[in-house]
Amino acid sequence: MHLLEIRNLHAGVDGKEILRGVNLTIDPGEVHAIMGPNGSGKSTLAQLLAGRDTYSVSEGQVLYQGEDLLSMSPEDRAVAGVFLAFQYPVEIPGVGNMYFMRTALNAIRRRRGLEELDAMDFLALAKEKLKLVEMDQKFMNRSVNEGFSGGEKKRNEILQLAVLDPKLAILDETDSGLDIDALKIIANGVNGQRRPDRAMLLITHYQRLLNYVVPDRVHVMADGRIARSGDRQLAMELEQKGYAWLEQQPDPTSRRGAVAQ
Amino acid sequence: MTTTNEVRKLTEREYEHGFVTAVDEDTVPRGLTEETIRAISAKKNEPQFMLDWRLKAFRHWLTMKEPTWQNVRYPPIDYQDIIYYSAPKRKAALKSLDEVDPEILKTYAKLGIPLEEQKMLAGVAVDAVFDSVSVATTFKEKLAEKGVLFCSFSEAVQKYPELVKKYLGSVVPYSDNFFATLNSAVFSDGSFCFVPKGVRCPMELSTYFRINAADTGQFERTLIVAEDGAYVSYLEGCTAPMRDKNQLHAAVVELVALEGAQIKYSTVQNWYPGDAQGRGGIYNFVTKRGRCQGANSKISWTQVETGSAITWKYPSVILQGDNAVGEFYSVALTNNYQQADTGTKMIHMGKNTRSTIISKGISAGHGQNTYRGLVKILKGAANSRNYTQCDSLLLGSTCGAHTMPYIEVRNRSSRAEHEASTSKIGEDQLFYCRQRGISEEDAVTMIVNGFCRQVFKELPMEFAVEAQKLLSVSLEGSVG
Repeated sequence: MHLLEIRNLHAGVDGKEILRGVNLTIDPGEVHAIMGPNGSGKSTLAQLLAGRDTYSVSEGQVLYQGEDLLSMSPEDRAVAGVFLAFQYPVEIPGVGNMYFMRTALNAIRRRRGLEELDAMDFLALAKEKLKLVEMDQKFMNRSVNEGFSGGEKKRNEILQLAVLDPKLAILDETDSGLDIDALKIIANGVNGQRRPDRAMLLITHYQRLLNYVVPDRVHVMADGRIARSGDRQLAMELEQKGYAWLEQQPDPTSRRGAVAQ
Repeated sequence: MTTTNEVRKLTEREYEHGFVTAVDEDTVPRGLTEETIRAISAKKNEPQFMLDWRLKAFRHWLTMKEPTWQNVRYPPIDYQDIIYYSAPKRKAALKSLDEVDPEILKTYAKLGIPLEEQKMLAGVAVDAVFDSVSVATTFKEKLAEKGVLFCSFSEAVQKYPELVKKYLGSVVPYSDNFFATLNSAVFSDGSFCFVPKGVRCPMELSTYFRINAADTGQFERTLIVAEDGAYVSYLEGCTAPMRDKNQLHAAVVELVALEGAQIKYSTVQNWYPGDAQGRGGIYNFVTKRGRCQGANSKISWTQVETGSAITWKYPSVILQGDNAVGEFYSVALTNNYQQADTGTKMIHMGKNTRSTIISKGISAGHGQNTYRGLVKILKGAANSRNYTQCDSLLLGSTCGAHTMPYIEVRNRSSRAEHEASTSKIGEDQLFYCRQRGISEEDAVTMIVNGFCRQVFKELPMEFAVEAQKLLSVSLEGSVG
């Protein structure tokens, strides 16, 4: 059984179709990257997988560990091990970062029948994970994402990934808006989270993240579909030629067969 | 989606404190005339000056019109259809809790404030106001040692008439406004606190108000005086039983801080808000005002308002002494058909006076929440500062938030800052929490508590915990 299997997924918002037949299969331990120009549907796919209800699905299905993912609530997906690192992490004023993460972890643990962590145990866990993203403990005492710089917000996402320990981590443009140092920290954090029993799906506009986090598979999304799949070479080719190169290609539906060859 | 359903479940939680205690009431006849006032005064065995003051207020009240400028709607109140005085019947003065009507003690137990335990609770003296008359007061001896006078207003009128005469109406005059004037005429009881020069009150003072007799308007009057260099922290909390008919509550609170004195006044207000259709509930028209009379004095109001069908309340500070400080921290929540028009007035008169206003309004259901604030810096108040932050949080799309700041600065060396924000409890915030595994219900509570944190941290510890609990219960909110 695959960890994630997306079959012919069509979805949109307000009657406008954004995803127009996405097919994608991910197995445990794999790192996939989805690239594509703005508006190609990358982020819609990420949000949809995490349970955002803004989008309506008109066709197709998504199986997660063999189960119908789309019928699950966002919190149920979290309990089942789906994690989304947000492109724009949300600020929650007045709610401490530490408190937030412990509440989240304990909500998940409770649902999984595990014992909840008390403040001391959680602090110990958090301290260990903070190292991974080179964050100071004082971040834990601030309000969730409030007043964080762009880079800090993204690191905070990776920290939550490490704390919540998901099976499928979706990273939505986690590399965007970062300088090279911050990018390296994020990449190290992500690499530190690669495990045989965990899959990752990296959504990115640029291939530079892929210099540091080497994916097993690269997919290019255009116009609501996966237009091309390949290995890391594909990402480099794109970097060189730009997304315009894709548009010059023949219709992606007819090419799907060609890629499969 | 589950979103709406789960929040609706919260919404439909019944008012927890809705029960009626069967106690014999000693009441005056329905309606309001000079006779009513004479009867109240006679029942309380008041000195002449009190009766004269009440009558003066009553005669003035007859010339006044009910205000209409506030942003709330309610059917006309028939002031002749109200019982203006009711007291639990009792034999004689009570010396200990054993003499208190067991029914009343049971009521407190239901509210989670058993007096027996309160007595032992370190640092909290309780002057419990049941309906209109104080029935039990604790910790008196300990306070007396320090020279702190803390008793019911009626008792103060008997025992310290000179102090009452000196300060009563000195901050909120009998002619102040329609509701305060009504209160001045008919007030039944309340609390009195006097902290003498240089004394730091050794404990938090706390009063629990409770409306119990059906159709009895409650007119409380509280007077707190802190002499030079004195300090007192006063807590007020209330809950009220479920009623079908609206009940009028028009209280007056006066605070006087002399030179270098500090008064901290905290309120958790949980009057019956009415049912989910907007029937019943308390009309809460309150005049609260403090005077920083001496230099370097400070008055802080902190309020958490979750109850009442209508809240009309502007705890204010007159910054008269130089370098005086006034603060107002407020959380007001309106849900279902609740309406709140609340805020503060900071009147700067002395030099270098400073005021801070932090207002957090939360609207849910069909609730309407208005912040109305006045910052007035007079000509003589050189180098004065005000900072106002006014945040509104909307839950759902059928509620409303309104902000009406009035700012008048009459000199060039002073500065007033006003920041306001309105946010809808974000779909984004909710989704973020839920994506992390937190249920929608818990997420709403967490976000709202976070929104209010700036105010909660101003509350004394035991109240802060209660306030958070109250808020999650009152979040009978709906995300639309």
